[in-house]
Amino acid sequence: MSFIILQDAFFIAVLAALSVPLGLYIYKVMDGRRVFLSRVLAPVEKAVYRVCSVRPGEEMRPRKYALSVVAFSAAGFLFLFLLQLLQGFLPLNPEGLKSVSWHLAFNTAASFVSNTNWQAYAGESTMTYLTQALGLTVQNFVSAATGIAVLFVLIRGFAMKQAETVGSFWADLTRVTLYVLIPLSIVSSVLLISQGVVQTLSPYHAAASLQDGARLTVPLGPAASQIAIKQLGTNGGGFFGANSAFPLENPTPFSNFIETLSLLIIPAALCVTFGKAVKDGRQGRSVYAVMLILFIASLIVITVSERFLAPHFGSVAAFGNMEGKEVMNGVGASSLWGASTTAASNGAVNATPDSFTPLGGMVMMFLMQLGEIVFGGVGSGLYGMIAFVMLTVFIAGLMVGRTPEYLGKKIEPFDMKMVCLLILAPPLLTLIGAAAAALMPGAQNWLNNTGAHGFSEILYAFTSMANNNGSAFAGFDANTAFTNITGGVVMLLVRFIPILATIFLAGNLARKKTVAAGEGTLSTSNATFVGLLLGVILIIGALSFLPSLALGPIADFLTH
Amino acid sequence: MKSLLKQLRPAVLFFLAFTVVCGVAYTGVLTGIARLAFRHKADGSVITVTLKDGSKREYGSALLAQEFTEPRYLIGRPMTVSNLSPVSGEQARLVAQRTAWWRELDPENTADIPADLVTASGSGADPYISPKAAEYQAARIAKARGMAEGEVLAVIRKYTKGRFLGFIGEPGVNVLMVNLALDGLI
Repeated sequence: MSFIILQDAFFIAVLAALSVPLGLYIYKVMDGRRVFLSRVLAPVEKAVYRVCSVRPGEEMRPRKYALSVVAFSAAGFLFLFLLQLLQGFLPLNPEGLKSVSWHLAFNTAASFVSNTNWQAYAGESTMTYLTQALGLTVQNFVSAATGIAVLFVLIRGFAMKQAETVGSFWADLTRVTLYVLIPLSIVSSVLLISQGVVQTLSPYHAAASLQDGARLTVPLGPAASQIAIKQLGTNGGGFFGANSAFPLENPTPFSNFIETLSLLIIPAALCVTFGKAVKDGRQGRSVYAVMLILFIASLIVITVSERFLAPHFGSVAAFGNMEGKEVMNGVGASSLWGASTTAASNGAVNATPDSFTPLGGMVMMFLMQLGEIVFGGVGSGLYGMIAFVMLTVFIAGLMVGRTPEYLGKKIEPFDMKMVCLLILAPPLLTLIGAAAAALMPGAQNWLNNTGAHGFSEILYAFTSMANNNGSAFAGFDANTAFTNITGGVVMLLVRFIPILATIFLAGNLARKKTVAAGEGTLSTSNATFVGLLLGVILIIGALSFLPSLALGPIADFLTH
Repeated sequence: MKSLLKQLRPAVLFFLAFTVVCGVAYTGVLTGIARLAFRHKADGSVITVTLKDGSKREYGSALLAQEFTEPRYLIGRPMTVSNLSPVSGEQARLVAQRTAWWRELDPENTADIPADLVTASGSGADPYISPKAAEYQAARIAKARGMAEGEVLAVIRKYTKGRFLGFIGEPGVNVLMVNLALDGLI
């Protein structure tokens, strides 16, 4: 246990230490300044603009920015959908894999374009190297970059005064991808390959087993390059079916540390960027503090539950719940990953969530149900959190009878409508999706576990999809036409409704004048406000989900 | 709708540009680096052994578990992925079944069985077992091979990976490497 505490403390210290320089770097990049990588990347950036015949300085109004995001995502969706349908006839398919069924292709395209990376398939037996590299790897990058771009629209909404435009989507997208995501992914990929993560275009390797010479297959592929961005971009879709539990995707304690750190580093750094961009570091620190408090509390509950609430079996020497966990990670690193991957809307796993103890699994589910704002997705986590901040300011304003304001902008009816869309879309779609699935005749045939845990499998699936997370209680048979189609629609709605709401909210804020902070202005950077914000987040999460959690994990815990 | 169509041209162009940058160039450069600097690892850490007659033979990946059932070999974790709730009745039944299997394999050993030997991993291909789970099997392997238990323990220790920096992750014994060494192949 002392090793577990030590490694958790070390992890949080490294995360906090790295998030500051990275956050300041991202600020410079998004502000259009020169950085140390500009020598190499500025020519590439210029070339991209030239090829696409776009002037990077051309500012967009909110409507045009929103249309650009939608059109760009639609192009990506269509390409990925068709690539899967045609992969059987295309090159780089050494294993002779067939084309994907239309409903699975729809689900996967929706899932990767929406930065969810829910997977109703196992990569090594379904996707060709071509689909993995040209389709899935590319969406890992650009869906993450889209989230960060939209966050910057909101930041500009606060920073600008009486402005009609909110930046250029093409410049935001290009700069995030080239200066932030690609360099970090290259560093991470090389470290992962040095640990034994595979990276090759050779066919799967056939070998013989030692004991009886039985035929073995070593699945291969261009994996490390995709795994690096899958972790960094809060994507989470495994190159292999078992995700980062699979040794060729995550072979050593060091690779596991790098991958876990990658889950949270960009969302954490963006809090620092936010403080810098609104010229008040304390505003960034207060949302960072709220995220850290919720994260650490969840980590403690998951770890204690996995370590001490595992069942005891006769004549077995137990040291916690090892079902579904790798020896190299044990209870400690598996719990740390579990908390990180559900706090961030990542969804990669290094152990099977289905086999976590009831309370451990419930906390992972609840972290998603809070709306993926405890770090959350890259960009999307912070714009979701800012929506909660505005809601909190609004509620506090109602209590004292003053017009609420945040960062010098008055918060008015249109702003609150957008905030409500941002906050309410995920829980509504989670509950509607889970209820629809539970009512389907034959739903019990999709389940691996029975009783309350079986219901948890359904609830987890729709929680994961309706919050763009992507992890699963994998006993649930996800590859059915019903789940592929409803899940695909849910993932797209829950990604693009908040994105559009954020852009229009930002446009409305940018048009306003700034009001000077006065005597009666509510401080949004002190401990009282941190407490208030925590309260609002937990109350909304609990009101939305306690009834369904009671039917699933809580019943599971109480009846065993 | 008309304005959406107007946005389609740059959208398609940017998407194609990033498909080239992130899909072709990025993946290609890393595959190249992997091939030049880490070829063995990037190709799956496959173990190639030169036999006494000079021929070469491959024994699978050092990172993927293989099935071992005979008493003379170190035996790894069950090679399935259960996705079962750890508190379910089905899980209790499976663990009892595996416990009975271990008792039958080694009736003289009455020590409690380390949990990793009777629980499935998340990958179904966990190449490691805990040092306790390896030590639990040392006497049986020594007896089946007519070796001293100390020799078996020395091989186990040789193929035990410690924690990273001394405190991150858990130590593990690579089952396949131990067995290759016991068979005198490496």
